[in-house]
Amino acid sequence: MSSTPSAGVAAMTSAAAEPRSRSPRRRRSVAPYFLVLPAVAVLVAAMGYPLVWQLISSTQEFGLAQQFGQPAPFVGLENYARLVSDPYLWTVVGRSIAFCLVAAGATMVVGVAVALLMRVLPSPVRILLQVALLLAWAMPAVAAMTVWRWLFDWRRGVVNWLLTSAGLDFRDHNWLQEPLSFFAVAALIVVWMSVPFVAFSVYAGLTQVPDEVLEAAQMDGASPVQRLWRITVPIIRPVLAIVLLLQLIWDLRVFTQIKLLQDAGSIASETNLLGTYIYQLGTGASDFGTASAVSIFVLVLTVALSAFYVRGMLKEDES
Amino acid sequence: MTPGTRRAGRAGLGLVGVLVALIWIFPVYWMINSALLPDAVLQSARPTFLPFGGSWDNFTAVMSGGTFLPALGMSVLVAVAVVAFSLFFAFLAALAISRFRFRGRKSFVLAVLFVQMLPAEGLFIAQYKLMSSAGLLNTALGLSVLYIAAVVPFTIWMLRGFVAGIPADLEEAAMVDGLSRTQAFLRITFPLLAPGLVAAGVYAFLQSWNEFTIALVVLQDESARTLPLWLRGFVQASASRATDWGQVMAASTLVAVPVIVFFLIVQGRMTSGLVSGAVKG
Repeated sequence: MSSTPSAGVAAMTSAAAEPRSRSPRRRRSVAPYFLVLPAVAVLVAAMGYPLVWQLISSTQEFGLAQQFGQPAPFVGLENYARLVSDPYLWTVVGRSIAFCLVAAGATMVVGVAVALLMRVLPSPVRILLQVALLLAWAMPAVAAMTVWRWLFDWRRGVVNWLLTSAGLDFRDHNWLQEPLSFFAVAALIVVWMSVPFVAFSVYAGLTQVPDEVLEAAQMDGASPVQRLWRITVPIIRPVLAIVLLLQLIWDLRVFTQIKLLQDAGSIASETNLLGTYIYQLGTGASDFGTASAVSIFVLVLTVALSAFYVRGMLKEDES
Repeated sequence: MTPGTRRAGRAGLGLVGVLVALIWIFPVYWMINSALLPDAVLQSARPTFLPFGGSWDNFTAVMSGGTFLPALGMSVLVAVAVVAFSLFFAFLAALAISRFRFRGRKSFVLAVLFVQMLPAEGLFIAQYKLMSSAGLLNTALGLSVLYIAAVVPFTIWMLRGFVAGIPADLEEAAMVDGLSRTQAFLRITFPLLAPGLVAAGVYAFLQSWNEFTIALVVLQDESARTLPLWLRGFVQASASRATDWGQVMAASTLVAVPVIVFFLIVQGRMTSGLVSGAVKG
């Protein structure tokens, strides 16, 4: 940061001698605390307080009596113990992780492929592709989900019509009934929504790969595959890492897509992921103790995954 | 490789590119196409691919339903509050972390980065209880507070880069030349900051406009719904009869088009902002 050295000097010379200096960069000024106060206040109110409430609630029991206003009794770690021994939680956790890995993996493969494709396409086609990706990226999630439900509608959906026209018997096939095909459709939608971000980020990264190096390697007899793995991938590794990490974090918490697909009439217990499970516990069953315990599990998982991302960002802050 | 196979390869790649573009654009196209077709046509066994039946009936039916405009009002109200307050709060905080060294600065930056990653699904039940005990369920105020908190960390991070890029010396030089601190800020710093404020403001707007998860928990009353909740309710109400997909797609289009237009106008800046950290290095 460019202002750092002069700020240090200004602080040393002015702080002791001239407490009411006009320089905004003194070391012991209270100004920065006033400046961060509004942001801190809103974060504490809307996130800090619920977080503390959640920690406390996760050690309390919420039953029928609490719905009529009785205070919830303290039960220690009982909610956690019950959850850990609950096979359904592990089913949901396993499902969420599997879904996350499949969706994030597919998004990365397709996104990187599309980015590489954009590099070699003649510009009219490339611009067409970029406009298409941007339109998909800009679609609000709820609107996009509604369209996809129409595409996969069992009676008049265009997907069934296309497959039937291609000679397969998909007439009146309900995609959202079986859990496996439910998740396949959900993953397809998530990939469709996430690929534009990955493709544009990686494409921006690819512009950093010097053409001379690739040409030199080609002259030395490196095949296209070798050039990709030995030169391009190592150079764009930072972008790939950060994008993959973000995909993993985002796909682990996928809620909107699953909730809106469940609306179409699937059995919730067979299609729940962590987000919809917490929602069901908290709003459906009013079991705030268990809901809080699962929420904290999700938060811990996210924070652990985010640590790498945050470390990278901090480096940027210090530079 | 002979020139002939190379040309064939190029053409093949071009074909793949067009195909991929069609796959990504198709759902958007299908939404608008269906929105303009009457239900009778959509009910036929064979889908109508060619564009734009040209009938605005679905849109007028949706608009005259009487629920769209209140939801639009709610969304606009919340979005305006979120953009205004998160920009103001984030600008002050960005000023603090990029212009000052203070005790606790590093913890604050760390907290901002982590909070930004927290999933709404990890907190929304607790936020529901908070709003319910504060009497703020089903209010624009309650929802706005939660949204501001959700948006402010990344907004701080975006603005931090812009504020740090403006040398403080520039402002001081203007003051030496006789401008007051306020004048120096308004005439020198603010114009340099404007692109950052626009980018951060658009980010805040899009987040608030599209958000579904928190709204679902906090707004349960039908009379206080934002557009995403309204659209979900519209689909559900329609599904209780046989879904009128024409009207549902018109409703989706109404929700999506303002966002798409907004997004396309500012996208260049948005993409470069999102990945700049990783690309620069």
